[in-house]
Amino acid sequence: MMIISYLLILLMIIGALAAVLFENLLNSIISLGLISLIAAALMYFLKAPDVAMTEAIIGAGLTTSIFIFTLLKIRRSDNQ
Amino acid sequence: MVLILGFILFQAFAGGSENTLSIPQFGEANLENRVSEHYINKSVNSETESITFNQTLNPESGSANYVTSIIANYRALDTLGEVTVLFIAAAGLAFVLGGNQKNYAFAEDASFIVRTGVKILFPLMFLLGIYIIVHGHLTPGGGFQGGAVIATAILLKFLAYKDYKLNHTGLSLLESFAGISFLIIGLIGLLTNGSFLTNFLGNGTLGTLFSAGIIPIIYILIGIKVGAELSGIISNLINA
Amino acid sequence: MAFLNQWAYIGGSIILILIGLFGVLTRKNLIKIVVSIGIMDTGVNLLLVSLGYINNGIAPILTEANASNSLNFVDPLPQALVLTAIVIGVAVLALALSIVIKIYENQNTLKIDEIRGLKL
Repeated sequence: MMIISYLLILLMIIGALAAVLFENLLNSIISLGLISLIAAALMYFLKAPDVAMTEAIIGAGLTTSIFIFTLLKIRRSDNQ
Repeated sequence: MVLILGFILFQAFAGGSENTLSIPQFGEANLENRVSEHYINKSVNSETESITFNQTLNPESGSANYVTSIIANYRALDTLGEVTVLFIAAAGLAFVLGGNQKNYAFAEDASFIVRTGVKILFPLMFLLGIYIIVHGHLTPGGGFQGGAVIATAILLKFLAYKDYKLNHTGLSLLESFAGISFLIIGLIGLLTNGSFLTNFLGNGTLGTLFSAGIIPIIYILIGIKVGAELSGIISNLINA
Repeated sequence: MAFLNQWAYIGGSIILILIGLFGVLTRKNLIKIVVSIGIMDTGVNLLLVSLGYINNGIAPILTEANASNSLNFVDPLPQALVLTAIVIGVAVLALALSIVIKIYENQNTLKIDEIRGLKL
């Protein structure tokens, strides 16, 4: 039963390294969403349903979308 | 520098009993030594007694969800500070980005499938957000989660139409009303019982919907405030 | 196995904090610095929640199935602190991104080597 937790922690660390070392900005932002999703699953394994719900909604939903809106503004100003 | 900080952190968190300045082993925390034991037995100000679901009448804190009873009853002053920080962040973002608002953010509307799907999904998500806010003292959930779900429902509307606008005056009025009501409830507690934000209504049976004093009222106000603030943040970012 | 059992959650959170700190110190793109602040945020919240776990505990909610208060509950106090910290984290990220947008409109670049504060 703990094998699943160890694999998820390993996947989260690989995702964090990918978010810091990639060159393309869109790939970094999607890796941040992946880290939030795996952290929400790990918090469910630690028997904390309130915190898991909050991290899933705010981390994987609102944070990724405000990053992508910022990228939209920057590319928009780039083309003009 | 990162390696030195990592070494210090690992030494600080090394478990075991020979290191007397550190925390106990993972999974073996002894709840008798911590203050959480009083929160679980609901005996901060009174004696310990047994508490059962659907049978205890008038316990000290009244809500079946322990995390809710900590946030909205025992440590409600920290929640007031957190609401202030959210307000400052939303106001700062409106000051920086609120100058020249464009009329539309995307070039055209989304396709027909997206528009029809949003028409079906938007009332359902709004209803789910209100359900999560109102049942905060019985199931996992509460004001913060419900407010974020309402903000996500409004984000869905922004993605479907190219010139969807929110009424900023109405949003700021709603948010101010919720914040001022929170303070007025705290002041009523100060006038009737002697300390800020005490529970001045009755507590009822543990586990029914109309129970737990002022905890559902505080959570509904927090849900309205967080939902309005996050929607305002998204509206300012899209139309900047 | 006991070593892995004790260090898995806490060590993983500390490694996440250190990766975030490394990203803030060495990257040159402004948006990548803000992404690293978000990674550090997630790491700290995971560390706080994992400090309150008890072996074979149950979630801290009274229901029909777990009806009395003498069962083996997990510590509810760190969960209440982390709930507030997550919402404040997203507000701080939104404010930082608005400042990044204004810097880009003014200087037309996102690398911190080429941004000059006072124009001569």
